[in-house]
Amino acid sequence: MFRWLRRAYQIVFLGFFLFLLLVTTAGLIRGYDVQWLLEFDPLVALTTALASHSLHHTLLWALILIVLTLVLGRFFCAWMCPMGVLHQALGFLARKRRPPDRVKQNAPRASHRIKYLVLAVMLGLAAAGSVQIGLLDPIASTWRGLATSVMPTLGNVVFGKYQGERHFQWGTLITLVFFGALALNFVYPRFYCRVLCPLGALLGLLSKFSLFRISRNTEICKGCKFCGSDCQGAADPQGTVRATECMVCLNCIEGCPRGGLSYKFLPPLASSTTKIDLVRRKWLGAGVAGAVAVPFMRASDGVEPRPNPARIRPPGSLEESAFLEKCLKCGACMKVCPTGGLQPALQEAGIEGFWSPILIPRIGYCEANCTLCGQVCPTGAIEKLTIEKKVGEMPSRPPVRIGSAFFDKGRCLPWGYQTECIVCEEVCPTSPKAIYFKMETVIGRDGTQKTLKMPFVDLDYCTGCGTCETRCPVVDRAGVRVSAANESRTPRSSISLTGGKI
Amino acid sequence: MSSNGPPGPYDRVPEARVSKSSHATAPAPSDAAGVDRRVALRVGVTAAMAVGSVALGFGLRERSGSKKTRALPTLKDHRAEKPAGANDMAIVRGPDPAANVRRAVEALGGMGRFVKRGERVVIKPNIGWNRTPEQAANTNPDVVAEVVRLVVAAGASKVWLTDASVNTPEQCFARSGIEKAAKAAGATVIRPDASAFREVNVSGKLLHTGDVLFPFVEADRVINVPIVKQHGLSLASMALKNWYGVLGGQRVKLHQNIHLSIIDLAAMVRPTLTILDATRILTANGPTGGSLADVKQMDTIAAGSDEVALDAFGATLLGLNPNDVGFIVEGMKAGLGTPQWHNLKTVELGG
Repeated sequence: MFRWLRRAYQIVFLGFFLFLLLVTTAGLIRGYDVQWLLEFDPLVALTTALASHSLHHTLLWALILIVLTLVLGRFFCAWMCPMGVLHQALGFLARKRRPPDRVKQNAPRASHRIKYLVLAVMLGLAAAGSVQIGLLDPIASTWRGLATSVMPTLGNVVFGKYQGERHFQWGTLITLVFFGALALNFVYPRFYCRVLCPLGALLGLLSKFSLFRISRNTEICKGCKFCGSDCQGAADPQGTVRATECMVCLNCIEGCPRGGLSYKFLPPLASSTTKIDLVRRKWLGAGVAGAVAVPFMRASDGVEPRPNPARIRPPGSLEESAFLEKCLKCGACMKVCPTGGLQPALQEAGIEGFWSPILIPRIGYCEANCTLCGQVCPTGAIEKLTIEKKVGEMPSRPPVRIGSAFFDKGRCLPWGYQTECIVCEEVCPTSPKAIYFKMETVIGRDGTQKTLKMPFVDLDYCTGCGTCETRCPVVDRAGVRVSAANESRTPRSSISLTGGKI
Repeated sequence: MSSNGPPGPYDRVPEARVSKSSHATAPAPSDAAGVDRRVALRVGVTAAMAVGSVALGFGLRERSGSKKTRALPTLKDHRAEKPAGANDMAIVRGPDPAANVRRAVEALGGMGRFVKRGERVVIKPNIGWNRTPEQAANTNPDVVAEVVRLVVAAGASKVWLTDASVNTPEQCFARSGIEKAAKAAGATVIRPDASAFREVNVSGKLLHTGDVLFPFVEADRVINVPIVKQHGLSLASMALKNWYGVLGGQRVKLHQNIHLSIIDLAAMVRPTLTILDATRILTANGPTGGSLADVKQMDTIAAGSDEVALDAFGATLLGLNPNDVGFIVEGMKAGLGTPQWHNLKTVELGG
């Protein structure tokens, strides 16, 4: 009975997750809080708060899970986690047939402590200002995997009408990591959850204080160990139950032929253990390793000293170091971007910004009257903007700029080839248009004169949206291209003196 | 794993012992009150954790609309009161730069008119370029050293000397000869490292805020010691233009409107005293120079507290009409001084 109740919850939460994923598109989104499960994730709250010293208001949801885990234990993993459901469903891949073999498979191993070290490294990184939790957090990983790998694949192949054809640069990497994590179930069930998952580790630590726990009545127990044959967390119900590992899947209660196990309020202390068995030196070592990694990463790529022209952040993004304190690389903004221009960064944003969102205008531009990326961002790395604020009104209210356009006069048709072309000006969405013409008389190869419209960019009006680059008829490298220069999130990026800062 | 210390859950303890001993080793509750106490303790600890995390979460939350804004400091007005009958400006010509400085300051009433005992003073020469003194791209080191000595003699408690160089600071400070001379004379030389800047309100027409070398925020008195140079964009670089050198950040952006940005900065820093170094002046290829052919020996020092007047005088040394120099005209309009230096109470002393 418990098993079916749990499965019902898992299916409901997975369905809810998939529903939110599915509506994360311009046509369906309405007002849904599509990253609700990430907002519910205390690890997201903890790491972003450690890094930025403040908690985005949506992340207050995480307090509910913290309190529930303090009372009930690490139930999230077996009842709510979308990645947990997938792992549990795939657990059969390696599952042994005979119950005694399964007991061995689901026995505690020393390697299950690795996740606590992963957590310590992540917290160390965050404390030093670099949030990398999204790389391993199960909810962010599942979202990213589904949004930028599975759904575009299905979309391109099967449901082409859903978001149109989608491509994410080096999405294959995301595919390999996502399916690789699932494939670890070939080693033994829930390998990722038991060995690697930093959220599981955090919830495990909170479970040290849990009031409700699994308890085995030694009066009734005859030592058959059936309780351990399906234990999801490898929590050793046949021995002393490990409160930090127990996912409250309740399979042990179901497995016991004599009804010798129960989940109850404050069972005798000796029936469970909260010991993780990692010496303080290892905790500290992992945390310090994470913290020390940050200056090393910044010595290599920096945050500001060498900005990459391709590091074009979504509109409303915080200044870069504040952005890295909050961005989870979950891919929600990439999923919702109506043009598909938001892409997972590879080297464009430095090693710390790996898989964080950048706009690649050749793939898709930033739609002027659209603020969806800020609407779906769960941590406030991209601020919520109103259309009015984004578009602005020159000269009193400058627009939100993500970069600016530059002509490549060797590739632009009028400049380079004396050929008529007005596409960039035509599609330029600002009013007045940032791209304007000057008439110029040119002499052709055969000596004939003709008058051409030569395009120029007015930096005061250009927002860097990239519509010109997307639409430029010159294939592969466009004749007009956007770089991050002049983005408005930091005065240091501005080219012109207007704005009062240098 | 843990061969020392009590066995942990991953230690290979015989299974039977673990499972059977689990209840046996539990301390038997002596009475009902003991059980109640333990229950209360466990619930209490968990409740405290829960309340603590919720409180912490709400404490850390971002409040919408109330972004943390630090109040930025604004620079003080460093000008000194002018005693009745004192000279406004002194122009001294002579072969010894240090003697010229001494005589000019003397003619204005002595350093004691500008610096009081115990005050903290910052001296701002031009140390912009990796050039030797002979190339006349930076202020003459003998002039700077003499200013330091006079300020020390006036009883200043702290004498900073700094500039935000354009070329590599270490090399500019060394090759200009200024660092060595100023240190020997008793100054604390501040190189423009990233940590030496503070964000301040500029409140100018073009520039609203900017990063300024910290001594300018902290000092009681400011002494400007510029050199007279030709400048490719602004025509000349003298006293008013010297304030570019207090700024960090991407200063090159200011060249989009050089005259007004000079005035923004000059209105921000109102110095106590300005000593204009025209020992050698750079007449062409400024402000960097490089060729001795562009340098003219003038053996002149001008001092005063009206930067516009001093710049107007300096412009004449470069063969310019002050009314043709944008920042001099703008400086007058902004009320920073008068270009009519000969209408001021000026003394001229020969060599």
